[in-house]
Parts: sequence; structure tokens; C-alpha cells
Amino acid sequence: MSGVSGLTFDLPTIWAGLIAFAVLAYVVLDGFDLGLGVLFPFFKGKAERDEVMNSVAPVWDGNETWLVLGGGGLFAVFPLAYAIIMPALYPLVIGMLLALAFRGVAFEFRFRADRSAPLWDWAFWAGSTFAALCQGMMLGALVQGIKVSGRAYAGGPLDWLTPFSLLTGVALVLGYALLGACWLIYKTEHAVLRRAFRLARPLAPTVLLLIAAISLWTPFLHQDYWTLWFGWPRDLLFAPLPIACGALGLWLIKFLREEEREGAPFLLAMAIFILCYVGIGISFHPYIVPRAVTIHEAAAPESSLAFLLAGASVLIPVILIYTGYAYWVFRGKTNAAGGYH
Amino acid sequence: MTTTALELARLQFAFTVAFHIVFPALSIGLASYLAVLDGLWNLTKRTVYLDLFNYWKKIFAIGFGMGVVSGLVMSYQFGTNWSVFSDKTGPVLGPLMGYEVLTAFFLEAGFLGVMLFGEGRVSPKLRLFASCMVALGTAISAFWIVAVNSWMQTPQGHALNAAGQFVPQDWLKIVFTPSFPYRFVHMVLAAYLTTAFAVGGVAALHLLRGRATPQVKTMFSMALWMAALVAPVQILAGDMHGLNTLEHQPAKVAAMEGHFDSQDGAPLILFGWPDMAKEKVEYEIAIPHLGAVILTHSWNGRLRGLKEWPRDQWPPVPLPFLSFRIMVALGFAMAGFGLWSLVARWRGRLYDNRLLHRAALALGPSGFVAIVAGWTTTETGRQPYTVYGLLTTAQSASPVQASAVGASLIAFVLVYFALFGMGLYYMGKLMNRPPLPHEPSLPPAPAHATGLTPAAGLIVEGADREARP
Ligand code: HDD
Ligand code: HEM
Ligand code: HEM
Repeated sequence: MSGVSGLTFDLPTIWAGLIAFAVLAYVVLDGFDLGLGVLFPFFKGKAERDEVMNSVAPVWDGNETWLVLGGGGLFAVFPLAYAIIMPALYPLVIGMLLALAFRGVAFEFRFRADRSAPLWDWAFWAGSTFAALCQGMMLGALVQGIKVSGRAYAGGPLDWLTPFSLLTGVALVLGYALLGACWLIYKTEHAVLRRAFRLARPLAPTVLLLIAAISLWTPFLHQDYWTLWFGWPRDLLFAPLPIACGALGLWLIKFLREEEREGAPFLLAMAIFILCYVGIGISFHPYIVPRAVTIHEAAAPESSLAFLLAGASVLIPVILIYTGYAYWVFRGKTNAAGGYH
Repeated sequence: MTTTALELARLQFAFTVAFHIVFPALSIGLASYLAVLDGLWNLTKRTVYLDLFNYWKKIFAIGFGMGVVSGLVMSYQFGTNWSVFSDKTGPVLGPLMGYEVLTAFFLEAGFLGVMLFGEGRVSPKLRLFASCMVALGTAISAFWIVAVNSWMQTPQGHALNAAGQFVPQDWLKIVFTPSFPYRFVHMVLAAYLTTAFAVGGVAALHLLRGRATPQVKTMFSMALWMAALVAPVQILAGDMHGLNTLEHQPAKVAAMEGHFDSQDGAPLILFGWPDMAKEKVEYEIAIPHLGAVILTHSWNGRLRGLKEWPRDQWPPVPLPFLSFRIMVALGFAMAGFGLWSLVARWRGRLYDNRLLHRAALALGPSGFVAIVAGWTTTETGRQPYTVYGLLTTAQSASPVQASAVGASLIAFVLVYFALFGMGLYYMGKLMNRPPLPHEPSLPPAPAHATGLTPAAGLIVEGADREARP
């Protein structure tokens, strides 16, 4: 399990990378469809809302499966981390699950309902927004750090609730909304497209400001973060990250103002998400439960990691191929009748 | 964790998993049925099959959606409520569940969109391929999750490490535990039977209403073939499953049978109430020697009673005892019905024997009841352990407070009844109207219906009028 010059390519590290990938895939994919939910009330009338829903109806289930892989993967390869994080974030996890239940059934029920359709519109909005808020707060609570003693969570029931986690919660809701708006710019036409541009324009700078605020706050949470991000000469190494993030943000704002290149805003918004995610990853490393349990301490025995990796290394590429195929089948602009016809 | 927190966590697990299993049971069966329908349509080009495919597809979509959201809850509940269990069994069970996600859930999710929305975008053959992949996904999912559960029932192939975790030694042994083949076969057959009776029940409803269209007749006939063929096999599988349980979990069988005392030539208790305080079954109606004959295949075979185990290792006897009887009674009812349907078919009375239709309607939900009863037998019968003989339920729980578990339990109960109640209502609404000639692929197209009376409503009424004699 030892590595040369700090770079370790052992099984736990590979798995940490894979789980991180699953969570990232979840955040960008389910992120945009949760974002549609957050923005749902801004779309008026049944036709517009149908178009918004139809743009993701065929793929949302696949998007959400990355969350099952993230959770299931954690259970499989870092069982100790799973056993500590879930009780620590108990109310947030339950809240997220219930919210996702509302959001998930809304897809199916909305089209079957006649009188109660507005109820499911509401469920779609509330479920999406609340799930995003819970996820953002989980992120904040993790970055803040979790109290551990022995092999169990040792903090109180409300440790996760702080101004910082509230900020990350709100930031993720708006971040998802931005992703969702950019997805619509890519997928829709006419009225919905125009509205998506109008929504994305103020969202982009707001999200960038929130990212900046969180990035500046984080080093004050813990000495380690401080030395990591402001310690010389390390900051030279990491400086490109915030700079790139800012540059992409300005570029995004430009595209949104000019209303051109309809695929570009979505790609840029995803790139910004990925950069932030890398930044968080750098802050986490080498911990999996920040400031308490490292990747190596939490890892399951090598035999478990190897057994699952053997399958994952074949299956994940295959999954990416047929997921890509599913997106390709439903490529191009959606219209109101496109999904449910 | 305090006792109340523990009890609440158990209640929460039982509640959420019992809700969950109902939907996968239908999804596993319907996915295969849909693949068969799609295959028949591709093969024969008879539109009846396409109509039925499009009809059941909509019901499937709702059930599947509810299966997914309730399943998502399950996969996180191990961590929230059973964190010690997760820490200890993660190295062994985690990879199995990981494989479930990688081989099953992604496969279903990836092809579900193509199956549901693919018409007009992909060729019929590709759509058929997608239907088959979804069906395969549900079966693979059952394989892994039942392997997980079977390892908890009859653990093998592991060792213990210094941190008290179960660590894998032999993966083949872990996946194929002694009870696994029995449980897997029994569960998959259960899902097929459940679906057969659900489909048969819906068809019977429309036959009783006098709508004997080709679509309704076809699905009635298909469902009854399934029921007649699979129900007896299920009884056989269940019997073998029981013998296997006797070998590996004899205390569970003693509880299922209501045997407190060890005895030679034990009776088969048909009904009664097992009283744990008095250590005997009250009001029992029993057939002498039959218990011994079924379980040991000899007239005077010896069966061990619960008193051979310390009291603190007893399961909550009334639960496995009662739930087992419910399942078995339904199993025999299903097989009896299957036989009757064969006779009716042979006489050419399948579509006009109203009594048969009433019975089919009444048995419509029987599979769901039998499945929940079966799992209740299995799970309560292995108490007080989560990993049989090795890790108790009390040791498995998370360090969370009763108030948190209680609050979340209430939330689950409220949300599940509201959401899944509505889901069942929508499914019922779909089932309440018969499949149409040229059944639309998906619900009233929003674009076609903007601002007007939903088109499908008109079609349904029209078809009703045509179909009535
Ligand atoms: C992956 C494993 C697994 C699977 C597939 C199931 N269960 Fe289970 N079940 C457990 C793992 C488990 C457990 C983690 O081991 C529990 C939690 C607490 C306990 O006592 O065992 C449990 C408890 C438990 C209880 C409470 C028992 C008691 O406290 O006396 C019931 C009624 C059920 N389950 C019912 C079911 C049903 C209806 C299932 C059908 C899907 C099911 N279980 C599948
Ligand atoms: C406690 C045990 C269980 C857990 C943790 C669990 C977990 C899950 C999860 C996370 C999903 C959603 C997957 C998705 O996003 O597509 C799911 C769906 C599913 N589960 Fe379960 N499950 C359990 C019990 C069972 C059992 C006992 C069976 C059948 C034998 C089963 C069969 C299925 C199937 C076929 C699906 C696909 C979706 C559907 O059919 O509705 N599950 N399960
Ligand atoms: C007369 C027929 C039947 C017999 C003798 C029988 C026998 C059994 C036994 C002995 C068990 C418990 C095994 C254990 O815990 O180790 C069991 C479990 C179960 N049964 Fe049955 N059964 C019958 C009919 C049915 C039917 C008709 C269904 C559903 C349609 C069903 C569904 C289940 C399920 C879902 C389980 C739990 C999973 C498992 O352990 O396999 N059974 N059955």
C-alpha cells in the first residue's frame, strides 16, 4: 500500500478516484435535471412545462443511478466512511431521499393526472429544490469536518447545520439551476429557449460570486485548508484552478448575453462544476471523512476492492457507451410532444 | 443505541423494504412479460401484441418509477440506521451490491428510456432489444440482492479481521451460499406469479364487464397459462426451500411450524396461535405426523423444537408462524386456480365462465400479499440476528437518537402512503380501462391536447362503447 513520492496508485486510491467520478457524474447529470425542477415555476402554462419535462424524461433514471453507485460504492469499498457519514448527516440524507421520491414520481404522475397536475408540478419543484439544498448542505457539512471516535460518528444530531453549510446548500441549488437553464438553452426552442436565456443571465454571475465566497471561506474553517490553499509555493500549483474557473465564468456570461452557440453555455457550466469539484477534491485529499478518516483507513480489504474493480473496469466503460447511446437516441431539440407522444 | 431507537429502526426498515418489494416484484414480472409481448409483435406482426405492449408499458412505467425511488431509500438506509452493520459487512456485501448497480441498475435505466419513448426514434428490433435489456436488468438485480440476503441468512466464505469486520475469503462461496439457489428461484417465480395474477385480474375485470376484445382475451389466456404452469412449480420450490432452511436455520423452521417441543412424528399445525409465554400453540388444529412427513420424509422423523435454543435466540414466533401460513395458503389457492383454469380452457369455457373470472379478479393482488408474507417469514424467522448466528440486530444499529429515527419514520410513513397511494391510484385508473385497438404508445400527448379535452379520454369512451356487446 505504499507509494512512491506521494503519488499512490494503489487500490484504495483508484477507488477513491472512481467514487469521486461517480459522484461527479451524478452532480453534473442529475444536477441539470434537478435544476430544471428548481426553475420549473418560471415556466408558464402546460405546453412550456411539458417541453421542459420531456427534455429529460427519457434519461433522468440513468442520471439518478450514479447516486446509487456513489452510495453503494462507498458501502462496498469504504464501508467505514459510509458508516460514519450516513449517521452524521442523518436528517440531510433522509430529507434528500424523500425529496427525490417526490421529484421521481412527479415524472410519471404528472402525465397521468388531469386535475391534480398542478400538485405534481409543485412536487417536482419542491422535491428538486429540497434535494439540491440537502446535497449542498451535505457537501458543506463534510468540508467542515465530522467528529469521530473509534469507528463511529461522535458528534451531535445537528452538527451539520451551520452558516457555512447553509451557504453551500443555497449555492448548489442555484448552481443546479444554472446547469438546468443551460441544458434548456441546448435542448429547446422558441418561448422556452428565450426564457431559459433570461433565467441563465442573472444566475451565472450569482453562482460565480457564491463559488468565490465559499472558496474564500473554506480556508478559515481549518488550519489544513489554510496551509493547503495559501501556503507558499503550493498556491502556485493550485492558482490556475480559480483563475480558470473565473475565465470560464466570464466566457459563459458573454455567451449568455449574445444568445448564440446554444450548446456552448451547457458545456461551460459543466466545466465550471468540474473545476470546483476538483478544488474540493484537493481539499479533501487524503481524507474521505474530512479531517478524521483517511482513504486508506476507511478502505475495505484488498480482496473486496480487487473483486469489484475487476468488474467495474469493464462495466463502467460499457455503461458510459450505452448511456451515451441513450442520449444520442434522444438528441436534438425536444418539443412538447417529444417525450410523451 | 437505545432499545426504542432500535425498535424504531427495525420498524422503519421493515416498512420501507416491504413497500419497496411490492414494486420490484411487479417490475421483474412485467418487464419479462413486456419483452415477450414485444418479441411476439416483432415475430407475428399481430397488432394485439403491440396493443398489449403499449397498454402494460404505461403501468410498468409507474411501478418502475416507484420501485426506483423506494429502492434508493433502501440503499442509503443501511448507512443511516444500520451503520455498525454496514461497517462490518461492507467488505463482503458491498461489492455484491456494487455489482447490482453496475450490472443491473444501469442496464435497466439505460434502456428504459429507449423502451418507453423509443417508438419512432429507433427500429422495432432495437426497441425489442431495449425491452430485453430492461427485463434482463431486473432479473440480474434480483440475483444480486437475493445473494446479499442469502449471505446474511447462511453466511460462508468469510473471515473476521482485527476491526471486527467480515472480510471476504472466497467470493464464489459468498455469492452462492447454501440457501441462495432456493431463495433466488423462489423469489423469481414469486415475481412471475404475482405478475401473472395481476394481469389475469385486470383481464378478468374487463371480461366481467363484457369487454371480451381480442386484447383482453389474449392477456387473460397468457396470464392463466403462466399461473397454471408456475404455481405448482412454486409449491415444489417452496418445499425444497423449506428443507434447506431446516438444514441451516432449524430454529426458524421450528418457529414457522409452531413447534415448541422437540418430537418424533411431529404434526402439521394448520391453524392456531403460538403463545410464547406459555410456550405452546393455542387453539391448534393439526394433522398428526404430517409435519414430520413433509420435513423429514419419514412417518416418525424427529424435529427439534424451540425449547432446544435459549430463549434469547428465539424469533418472534407468531410473525413467522402466521405469515408462513398466509403465503402457503395463497400458494395452494393459486395452484388450485391454475388447475381450474386448465379445465375451463380444455372445455373451451375460458372466456365465458364468470365464476372463473370472479376468482381471477379476487386473486389479482394475491401475489403481492404472498411476497410480503414470505419475506416476513424469512426475515423475522432469522431474528435476533442480521447475519445469522454471527451478528445480532441489536449490535447492527447506528448511534443515532430515537427522536431522529422516530421523526424520519413518521416522515416515511406519511410520504409513502401519500405518494405511493397516488401511484396505485394512477395504476388503477390505467387498469380500469381496457387495452384499445391501436393503444397509444404513451399517455395523452400533451401537444395534441393543449387546452382541449384530452384526446385519450374520448378514445377510451368510444372504445368502451364499441367493445360492449
Ligand atoms: C439486503 C438485505 C435484505 C433484504 C433483501 C431484505 N431484508 Fe429484511 N432485513 C434486513 C435485510 C434485508 C436487515 C438489515 O438484516 C434487517 C434490518 C433489521 C433486521 O432485523 O434485519 C431486516 C429486517 C426486516 C424485518 C424486521 C424483522 C424484525 O425486526 O423482526 C422485516 C419485516 C423485513 N426485513 C422484511 C423484509 C422484506 C419484506 C424484504 C423483501 C424485500 C426484505 N426484508 C428483504
Ligand atoms: C434491502 C434490500 C434492498 C435494497 C437495498 C434495494 C435497493 C434498490 C435500489 C437502490 C433500487 C433503485 C435502482 C435504480 O435506481 O434503478 C432498487 C430497485 C430494484 N430492486 Fe431493490 N433493493 C432491495 C430489495 C430488493 C429485493 C429483495 C428485490 C428482488 C428480489 C429487489 C429487486 C429490485 C429491482 C428488480 C429493482 C429495479 C427497479 C424496479 O423494479 O422497480 N430489490 N432496489
Ligand atoms: C405452498 C407453497 C409455498 C411454500 C411451501 C413456500 C415455502 C417457503 C419457505 C419455507 C420460505 C422461507 C425460507 C427461509 O426463510 O429460509 C419462503 C419464503 C418466501 N416465499 Fe414462499 N412458499 C410457497 C408459496 C409462495 C408463493 C405463492 C409466493 C409468492 C407469490 C411466495 C413468496 C415467498 C417469498 C418472496 C419468500 C421470501 C424469500 C425467500 O426466502 O425465498 N411463496 N417460502
